[in-house]
Amino acid sequence: MIETITIIGGRSRSGGPEAVERIELKMGDVVSIVGPTGSGKTTLINDIELFADDNTPSGRRVLINGERPLDEYRIDPAHHPIALITQHTTFLSDLPVDEFLATHARIRSGSRSQIDEMIDGTLAFANQLTGEPVPLDARMTELSGGQARALLIADATIICDTPIVLLDEVENAGIHRKRALELLREHRKIFIFVTHDPRIALLSDYRIVMKGGAVTHVLTTNAEEHELCTRVGQLDDFLSRLREKIRLGERLTAQEAEVLS
Amino acid sequence: MKLVICAGPATTGKTAVLRHIISRLLRDDQRPAFLKIDVQYAEEDEILAREFGIPTRKCYSGELCPDHYNAMVLGDALEWAGAEECDILLVETAGLCLRCSPYVDGALGLAVLEATSGMNLPLKVGPMLSLADVAVITKIDRVSQAEREVFRAHIQNAAPEVQIREVNALHGIGIDPLVKSVRETPEAAEQLYLRGNPPVGTCTICVGKKEVGWQSHFGVIRALDNQVFYRGQ
Ligand SMILES: Nc1ncnc2c1ncn2[C@@H]1O[C@H](COP(=O)(O)OP(=O)(O)OP(=O)(O)O)[C@@H](O)[C@H]1O
Ligand SMILES: Nc1nc2c(ncn2[C@@H]2O[C@H](COP(=O)(O)OP(=O)(O)O)[C@@H](O)[C@H]2O)c(=O)[nH]1
Ligand SMILES: [Mg+2]
Ligand SMILES: [Mg+2]
Ligand SMILES: [Zn+2]
Repeated sequence: MIETITIIGGRSRSGGPEAVERIELKMGDVVSIVGPTGSGKTTLINDIELFADDNTPSGRRVLINGERPLDEYRIDPAHHPIALITQHTTFLSDLPVDEFLATHARIRSGSRSQIDEMIDGTLAFANQLTGEPVPLDARMTELSGGQARALLIADATIICDTPIVLLDEVENAGIHRKRALELLREHRKIFIFVTHDPRIALLSDYRIVMKGGAVTHVLTTNAEEHELCTRVGQLDDFLSRLREKIRLGERLTAQEAEVLS
Repeated sequence: MKLVICAGPATTGKTAVLRHIISRLLRDDQRPAFLKIDVQYAEEDEILAREFGIPTRKCYSGELCPDHYNAMVLGDALEWAGAEECDILLVETAGLCLRCSPYVDGALGLAVLEATSGMNLPLKVGPMLSLADVAVITKIDRVSQAEREVFRAHIQNAAPEVQIREVNALHGIGIDPLVKSVRETPEAAEQLYLRGNPPVGTCTICVGKKEVGWQSHFGVIRALDNQVFYRGQ
């Protein structure tokens, strides 16, 4: 059973030691990684996914339950306890969606009987996040950026069903963010969001702040921020409604903004 | 002398992988030499010599099958590397002949494939993959984790005996286990033997007869609806 992941600090891009020497994430934690573009957020979650052992450019090390992760995680990805949803929103795989999901479900579950159920579950999950449903017979390469991202999130949650999920900028693909957070929160896992989104950041238990390739500090969400989060949520829902109306080709009126006052 | 043969389609990252292997071998005080075998153009020898100051060479197979040519020159190449006082010979070959394989018994065979290629590639590369010791999957930084897992499963189905290692050859991530395999490779034997059986391929087209249509040819031939057969004395 995975209870904790520990990140042992390495070096910044300029070679100096990372200010935060040790971060311990516990099962059930929801964590954000924030920082300017190019500050090393993606690099940090890649380090976690690879179980960096002073063998990546950052020199970081990652421990599971306080110890060096088992080699079996690295050698057989079907046992890998981390699902990583990258910033990529395009697939390069030329397989049809159903064949791709069936193969992945077979690798991850090892049992044929659950495959259909897993594919249905994955699609149902993905289709709650997209505007247009994901067609099962399309090639993966034909999916839109949002469909690809939604499918990957669903795949990570239902098919991989790993205790640790890393998500790189989920907000950027035009999927229903709020719905995604709700669906994800139904599962008890360690969630790590790389994000520029205030709502996701404030919904997290704490946020890891990065600059110049290194973690500079960790901020626990305080009472004031928790309170502010409700208001941020209302603003965000307001913008989502406008976004949805615009998507559906509707006109906006002056009254829309009345809810804000 | 240890022998490592690294094959794979063009631009999959063979040189990028070998570059990281070389830098780690040098750090461990090993003395690698590098040979590039290509059909008609290569510049890896100059690049790696400049970068690491190690003995490097290249040779062109021209009209020969690159894998057959490899089998002919490996003996000379081991002698050359010995004369250069090296203890590991790394050979990079283009692997253009999808019927043959360049691997030799007692040498480490690396097949380099890229995660960004089509999912059916593992089925198309034949003995270049199935006769290798290790399939090295490069460019894992360019695809989603789900795609990585599915690509890997496709390799495992096509070549169940082959060990799989995933690397990011830009940043040298995942290279250490490959270096370990190189270090564990035994000394190459006096007489080396090719792995697997080279395919039959002796017909009158091989010797320059250019008519189209099997009816014009002798030797080991094949028609659209027939299996291979022999025609002639
Ligand atoms: N500690 C480090 N040491 C050396 N190089 C680093 C380090 N951290 C990050 N880098 C390099 O910096 C570059 C940018 O990093 P990265 O892609 O992780 O940024 P990011 O915060 O995810 O940016 P964005 O918000 O644009 O996605 C990359 O080329 C990465 O390899
Ligand atoms: N992103 C990425 N690029 C890679 C990787 N491996 C190789 N490349 C790039 O792919 C190109 C071809 O690599 P090279 O080693 O010359 O291929 P070769 O023809 O097989 O020797 C180069 O531009 C490399 O930088 C990798 O793991 N990730
Ligand atoms: Mg990033
Ligand atoms: Mg090359
Ligand atoms: Zn050949």
